Amino acid sequence: MTMSRQGVQPTEVIDRAAKLRFRWNGKRFSGFEGDTIASALAAAGEQIFSRSMKYHRPRGILTADYWDPNLMVQVGDDPNVRAGHRLLESGMDVRSQNAWPSLNRDIKAANSLLGRFLTAGFYYKTFMRPQWLWPTYERVLATFAPGGKIDLDTPHAYHDKRYTHPDVVVAGAGPAGIEAALAASSAGASVMLVSHEHSVGGHLRYSSAAADQAALAELRTALDASDVEVLTDSTVTGRYEDNWLGIVQRNHPIAVERLIKARAKTLVAAPGLIERPYVFEGNDRPGVITSGAARRLVNLWGVKPGERAVVFSANAEGDAAVADLERVGTEIAAVIDGRTGGSISSTRGSSRAVDAVVADGASIGADLLVVAAGWTAPTSLLNMAGDRPVYDPAAARFFPSDPPSNVLATGGLAGDAGLDGLRQHGAATGRLAAARAAAVRHRLQSRTARALPVDGDEPAWAPDERAPLGRDPHPELYRADTHGMVDMSEDISSKDLVAAAHEGYDSVELAKRYTTATMGPSQGKLETVNTVAAIAEARGETISQVGTTVWRPPYAPLTLGALAGRMFEPVRVSSIHPWHEANNVSIIQAGQWLRPDHYGDPAAEVRNVRENVGLIDVTPLGKLDLRGPDVPKLLSLLYVNKWMKLGVGRVRYGMMCAEDGVVLDDGVTGRLGEDHYMMSTTSSGAGGVWEWVENWLQTERPDWQVHVTPVTTAYASINVAGPKSRELMSGVCEGVDLDAEAFPYMTVREATVAGVAGCFMWRIGFTGELSFELHVPAGHGLHVWEALMEAGSDLGVGPFGLEGQRVMRLEKGHFIVGQDTDGLTLGPSTGLGSLIKLDKDDFAGKPELAWAADRSLPMVVAIQPDDPDVVPEEAAQIVRGDTNEILGRITSSRYSPTLNRSICLGQVEADLAAGGTKVTVLLESGERIGATVIDHHAHFDPAGERLRG
Amino acid sequence: MLLVPCPNCGPRNSTDLRYGGESHARPDPNTASPAEWRAYLYLRDNPAGWLRENWYCASGCRRWFSIERNTATNEFRDPPLPGNKRGGAA
Repeated sequence: MTMSRQGVQPTEVIDRAAKLRFRWNGKRFSGFEGDTIASALAAAGEQIFSRSMKYHRPRGILTADYWDPNLMVQVGDDPNVRAGHRLLESGMDVRSQNAWPSLNRDIKAANSLLGRFLTAGFYYKTFMRPQWLWPTYERVLATFAPGGKIDLDTPHAYHDKRYTHPDVVVAGAGPAGIEAALAASSAGASVMLVSHEHSVGGHLRYSSAAADQAALAELRTALDASDVEVLTDSTVTGRYEDNWLGIVQRNHPIAVERLIKARAKTLVAAPGLIERPYVFEGNDRPGVITSGAARRLVNLWGVKPGERAVVFSANAEGDAAVADLERVGTEIAAVIDGRTGGSISSTRGSSRAVDAVVADGASIGADLLVVAAGWTAPTSLLNMAGDRPVYDPAAARFFPSDPPSNVLATGGLAGDAGLDGLRQHGAATGRLAAARAAAVRHRLQSRTARALPVDGDEPAWAPDERAPLGRDPHPELYRADTHGMVDMSEDISSKDLVAAAHEGYDSVELAKRYTTATMGPSQGKLETVNTVAAIAEARGETISQVGTTVWRPPYAPLTLGALAGRMFEPVRVSSIHPWHEANNVSIIQAGQWLRPDHYGDPAAEVRNVRENVGLIDVTPLGKLDLRGPDVPKLLSLLYVNKWMKLGVGRVRYGMMCAEDGVVLDDGVTGRLGEDHYMMSTTSSGAGGVWEWVENWLQTERPDWQVHVTPVTTAYASINVAGPKSRELMSGVCEGVDLDAEAFPYMTVREATVAGVAGCFMWRIGFTGELSFELHVPAGHGLHVWEALMEAGSDLGVGPFGLEGQRVMRLEKGHFIVGQDTDGLTLGPSTGLGSLIKLDKDDFAGKPELAWAADRSLPMVVAIQPDDPDVVPEEAAQIVRGDTNEILGRITSSRYSPTLNRSICLGQVEADLAAGGTKVTVLLESGERIGATVIDHHAHFDPAGERLRG
Repeated sequence: MLLVPCPNCGPRNSTDLRYGGESHARPDPNTASPAEWRAYLYLRDNPAGWLRENWYCASGCRRWFSIERNTATNEFRDPPLPGNKRGGAA
């Protein structure tokens, strides 16, 4: 085969005035604007584009489009680029993949001599045993792995996302798809037309017939004048419930790829047909191409595919290819007609010869074999909508059976007709799609309580009155009398599939997984029906009986970058954040929040709080404003302890359990007024507890009068902690007596702080020090923080972050829900079992907690390693002696700068929970250390004298 | 992605809502046997067909509502019941 560029073709898409230079395996080449990488290389006479995956057989152009399995190349740092589709750009550095040391001399091609050993399931059978050899196998096999090279230094590229709600999405921009889009748009629908190719027109693009070109021009003009949004080089990759569509746009001007999530009211599937290769010995040799490839090469890029061709034709496309080839001067050595029983048996010859051996054994000398053996209907989007296509042997392809009524098929997928017939069917489909979209739109709007009123009754669901397309008869041509490649991406031959069926893998889905046929980059677009046919043949059944595999998303691959896309997850910061950033903060992300972890030296921060006074920004702390006469009943229902008699100005700690008795959240709630309470939750539990409260109020106790308002972000929260905190507060507070007797521990006051009225102040603290927790109207958070810093400058005030707070709460033995408890930790396991008041009439989780009271449960305990300098890792196991019997684990551990020793919280079996019990901790290193359970949770100030001060 | 018909906000992507599972009556906590209580916690009918279930319009109106859905076809049956008790199984 020798391909070469010919004179100007009327249909060509290249600009011969715009020459583009690029490199192919280091050598200089040139092509034209509008060329694909493959067409430019073909025009330059290149014959081999890749080596096959398993046998390293030389491979050339097969289909010359997106689905061509042989044209995967590396472009710069971009692996697995489809050279049959990617447009050539100036300066591209294109390299072949899967060839070593070079494309033309590939040492691993010796594999093809071993072909009969590399049969179906070869890897499963060969590399299973002995298991200890697997690491060696893996290293060797890795060198045989196909595909391009990933460059870890590739800069992070921008990927985009878009959300849209068109009435109608048309997937496929051939004549039927374009007509559907135009008709739907004329009927008033908003329409998005998605073309997989670089330009619209489908098969008309590479047809040299004058009528086809006239129609194409007409359709393009009409599209330009319409309101249809046209996306080219884009693919509808998936269809999900209620026509939720994924669309990947590959030619976005800024983003590498853009993922469009479209909620279409109706979907028109018009992907056309994909030409199917024919299975015979040597069908994967360079020089064997599909009729579509021949037509594209000639008509789009002016490339003559060969000097002397044999054409195996079973349809009109094959006949048209003959005419195209003749026009560019390819000698037609023979036309074998598949409709009248002609067949191809094998190819012979070496290097550039592809001599075709026909059924009677005669060999016809040629350098090009063009095959037109039939079509695959890419029913993917219909599959994803739940449709199971049905095989029609008379037409030798699958057809849609019964897709949901908001998914409509047109074009070649739906049947056959002349160009006018296809256009008429497309237009009728577009009108139907628009009518049904209008009904869906009416329904959506009328069912939205707060939407604008919608006129009239909901339109009736338009009946499908389209005249159905015909079905052209086509011979069932799948395999000749010889075996050949079925899946060229994966190097799976028909012989492999027959062997798999005989080994018992005779259902299509099993054979597919066992042999990996249809699982390569072509994803079944070329090989599914041939796979099914091979299995059917092996089983002695028909294709209808065997059925086909189910196509799943994506229709065409998209990058992980497109899926990850642009994140829409908000990041939250408190109003005090600018101060942190200006003061050497180290930030930690906690949920959506960016929080100060420390300001350089967490241990110093701890010492400063214990000796002087510190400030921590605890704004993410969950806060729910509760109002109404029934709030005490709500609190009693959600917390395990009692709430009916909490006085105004008092604060109480509460633990919440779920209905299964597992600890859900904890925090303090204060009574600010007669019918006014403020509930605080853990920072991570803020959203969940709000939902939990709403659930109980709305579904179980709808008659209760409680109004819930989340105010987490309405207040900036600052904890002022340390022995000098009262002194500091006295300098900035008005309207409240800070004296220990007037404002004791576990009370709440409203105050004016640094001139800001409406602040709440709680005498509570996680750190175990005398502390005041301030909740300041959020807009004044930064002002109050700065005022506190200034007022406390003589007192040695400093900030502390989450790390310091974590150390201090651990010194005090306060557990953290979700850190020291887990999804199985029942209320009594926290050591706060005495809070649980089983004499209450009802509360969440009551029965489970009642039954748990009699059981011996794992307990949260404070643990100190015997060696004070060893800090066991969090999640280190507590084991029995020298055994690996697990008796518990460390849940929190730190080095305490206050006590100068390591301290832990952990969970242990009930019989190890008593103070003084010796336990063994298994470190990650494998070392075992001794540790002792201490009497109470608090490592420091167990009597709590400091915080009550 | 499923469109869930919130009675206030209209049809919304299911990711805007929290799925609350099958509507399920809460037994009397003072008389329930362990078997009854654990059936309430863990056992679901999981039919292939019509099912009354709870949804929480987490990104919209913050209403819990219950509605019937055909689990085989994902069709919803009107009308949703605003503020319906969890025990309102049809």
